[in-house]
Amino acid sequence: MGFGEIFRSTMSSFLEATWVTIEITALSLILGTVLGLVFAFFKISSIKPLQWLANLYITIIRGTPLIVQIAFFYFGLAQIGINMDSFTAGVAALGIHAGAYIAEIFRGAIQSIDRGQMEAARSLGMSQRLAMRRIILPQAFKRSLPPLGNQFIIGLKDSSLVAYIGVSDLYGVALSEAAANYQQFETYAINGLYYLVLVLIFTLLLNRMEKRLDVDGGTR
Amino acid sequence: MIQVKKLNKSFGRVHVLKDIDLQVNESDVVVLIGASGSGKSTLLRCLNFLEIEDSGEIYIQGQLVDPRKDDLNRVRQQVGMVFQHFNLFPHMNVLENVIEAPVQVKGMAKEEAKKLALSYLEKVGMADRADAYSSQLSGGQKQRVAIARALAMEPRVMLFDEPTSALDPELVGEVLGVMKELAREGMTMVIVTHEMGFAREVGDKVVYLDEGRIVEEGTPEEIFEYPKEERTREFLSKVL
Repeated sequence: MGFGEIFRSTMSSFLEATWVTIEITALSLILGTVLGLVFAFFKISSIKPLQWLANLYITIIRGTPLIVQIAFFYFGLAQIGINMDSFTAGVAALGIHAGAYIAEIFRGAIQSIDRGQMEAARSLGMSQRLAMRRIILPQAFKRSLPPLGNQFIIGLKDSSLVAYIGVSDLYGVALSEAAANYQQFETYAINGLYYLVLVLIFTLLLNRMEKRLDVDGGTR
Repeated sequence: MIQVKKLNKSFGRVHVLKDIDLQVNESDVVVLIGASGSGKSTLLRCLNFLEIEDSGEIYIQGQLVDPRKDDLNRVRQQVGMVFQHFNLFPHMNVLENVIEAPVQVKGMAKEEAKKLALSYLEKVGMADRADAYSSQLSGGQKQRVAIARALAMEPRVMLFDEPTSALDPELVGEVLGVMKELAREGMTMVIVTHEMGFAREVGDKVVYLDEGRIVEEGTPEEIFEYPKEERTREFLSKVL
């Protein structure tokens, strides 16, 4: 059997799995972005317990393997009575995982905005909160897009790990296809191709978004 | 207009301002001069509470301001500030920079704010660049927009923190020109600057600071022609 034949025989299940991968990636990245924003604010907040909470979250997530986190969410939580289907557990684990990295991206972007911006806003009578919302965050968001895009691409590829808790995503389907047709070389190469195409489409969208937001052409 | 009594400020172990007394009268142009590190910028920044004094009293229009209790956002609306590095908002165009505070802070209607903004941009000669972003402007143009932005809040007093120090020499004149015009119209101003010619020409009062203390103050003539203090003479001989 050659590539062409394997490609055709796996296409319908891979295409179906592509949607699963897209869904799980999109949902987990939305969750991760929300968590990232919240914890970035915790980290720069002047309230100490919130800082500690953010540091604890980021330390635990960055300090443990994603596959362990996924297993913990699916098998571990089930044992103490929190039952989720594998898709939900996968989204939760991936989202919470990405959130820690995204929090650091947002925090870095916010802190990278020149201090003079906040001072100028405050000198005009704006409150801290208003200045944050109107002056700092729009600039920080723009600045966070390149690392955020990077993190999104990592998140897309990380989603393959949910195959180990039984989700039929792209990699999950590759596992079962390869087990059935014994053509490991072709099957995994084709599997990689699907991911590659997804990443390329993703990159294209991100670049377009970056350009659209680049109204002023510079940083100052 | 502004009165400062026994103001002290330290950064960590460095005592930056020592028992400062300062009086700024309505329509006066007060110029703070001194070497870098003398505390003149810190003093200016204390006047709109970007720095909070450790002790002492600051009265704005006769009202004692307690920065730990009073609504500083309200106080700052009366005290405009222009910075050395302009600090224009880069994600907004010139017009948006100027209407931002009147709309967001004062709740002014957008159309009204635009009219107001354009009149101030006209005043600083930047109305024709209302659509430009700060990255498309020269330093002098940026600073003129920053002045218009501060004026749009219709403050009672304007603070200038080395407004021309970051400018190429050929662009200094246009900014000083706008400031002279403001002074002529009777705007109360406190200015930190190294432009001694400007201080002499426009200042009503010149204040010389050294190591956190006011060494000498007086009219430009008194300070520049007949300085009483040895330290003032020494400083002036270096900069003039």
